[in-house]
Amino acid sequence: MTPLLFLGVAVAGGLGSACRLLLDGVIRSRTRGTTPWGTIVINLTGSFLLGLVTGVSSVHLLPEAAHLVLGAGFLGGYTTFSTASFETVRLLQERKWVAGGLNGLGVLIATTVLAGLGLWIGSIL
Amino acid sequence: MTDTDPLIPLPIDPDVEETPMGEPRPVHLRVSALAVVAAGGTAGAATREALTLAFPSASGAVPWTILAINLVGAFLLAFLLDALARRGADHGRRRTLRLLVGTGFMGGFTTYSALATDAASLIGGGAVGTGVAYGLGTVVLGGIATWAGIVIATLAHRSRTGGRS
Repeated sequence: MTPLLFLGVAVAGGLGSACRLLLDGVIRSRTRGTTPWGTIVINLTGSFLLGLVTGVSSVHLLPEAAHLVLGAGFLGGYTTFSTASFETVRLLQERKWVAGGLNGLGVLIATTVLAGLGLWIGSIL
Repeated sequence: MTDTDPLIPLPIDPDVEETPMGEPRPVHLRVSALAVVAAGGTAGAATREALTLAFPSASGAVPWTILAINLVGAFLLAFLLDALARRGADHGRRRTLRLLVGTGFMGGFTTYSALATDAASLIGGGAVGTGVAYGLGTVVLGGIATWAGIVIATLAHRSRTGGRS
C-alpha cells in the first residue's frame, strides 16, 4: 500500500466517524426511549454499503484503491463495534433484556443479512 | 455518595448526551465537535489499517485481526466512558476527551461493517459454522470485554479514592 493510499483510508475513516456523530445525533434527537436507534441505523446502513462495495470490487468494477478508501476507510470509521457493544451492555445492566438482546444478537443477524445482500447485488451488477 | 456504586447512570448512547436547556447547539451540530471526532477517527482508522496490513487474514478464514481490534476497542471504550463519568459531568476537557478518544478513535478503530461483511462472506462461501461462530463470538466476547472495562474502571476508581467516595 502506498503512503498516499494509507492516508486516504485514514482521512476517510475520520470523515466516516464525523458522519456517525452527526447522524447519530440527528436520529437521537428525533426518537424517544432508550433504544440506541442512531448506532443501529448506522451499523445497518454501513454493513449493507460495505457488502455492496466489496461485491462490486470483487467483479472488478471498482478499483482496489477505491474499495479500500470507501470500505476500510469511510465505512470502517462510520460503523462502530465498540459503541454498539457498550450500548448492549448498558441495556442489559438496566435489565432491558429484550432491547439488549435485540441490540446485540438482532443487529448482528440484520447487519450480516444486509451485508450478504449487498455482496450479492454488487456481484451481479 | 454514589461514586462507588457500580451502576452509575451512564448514558445508554454515549455519543450524544442530553443537552442542558439553554445550550445553544447540540454537540453533533458543532463544527468543533465534528472536527475533534474526525481527528480521533482518522487516528483510529489508521491504527486499524496498520494492524490489518501487519497481520493480514487469509480469505475464507476468521479475520482474527479485526476480531482482536473490536474486542480491545470495546474494552477500552467501556473503560474510558466509565472512568470519565466517575470523574464528573460531561463537559469541558472530559467531553473533548470522550469525543476524541471514545467517539473518534475507538469508533474509527472498531468496525461493525467489516464484521458483518466478513461473516456474510464466510457463510456465503460455504463456511457456515465458521461465519456464525465468528459473528456470535465477536458479539458475546465483545459484551464480556465491555463489561470488564466497566468493572475495571470501577475498581480503579475505588483504589484511587481509597474506598472512600
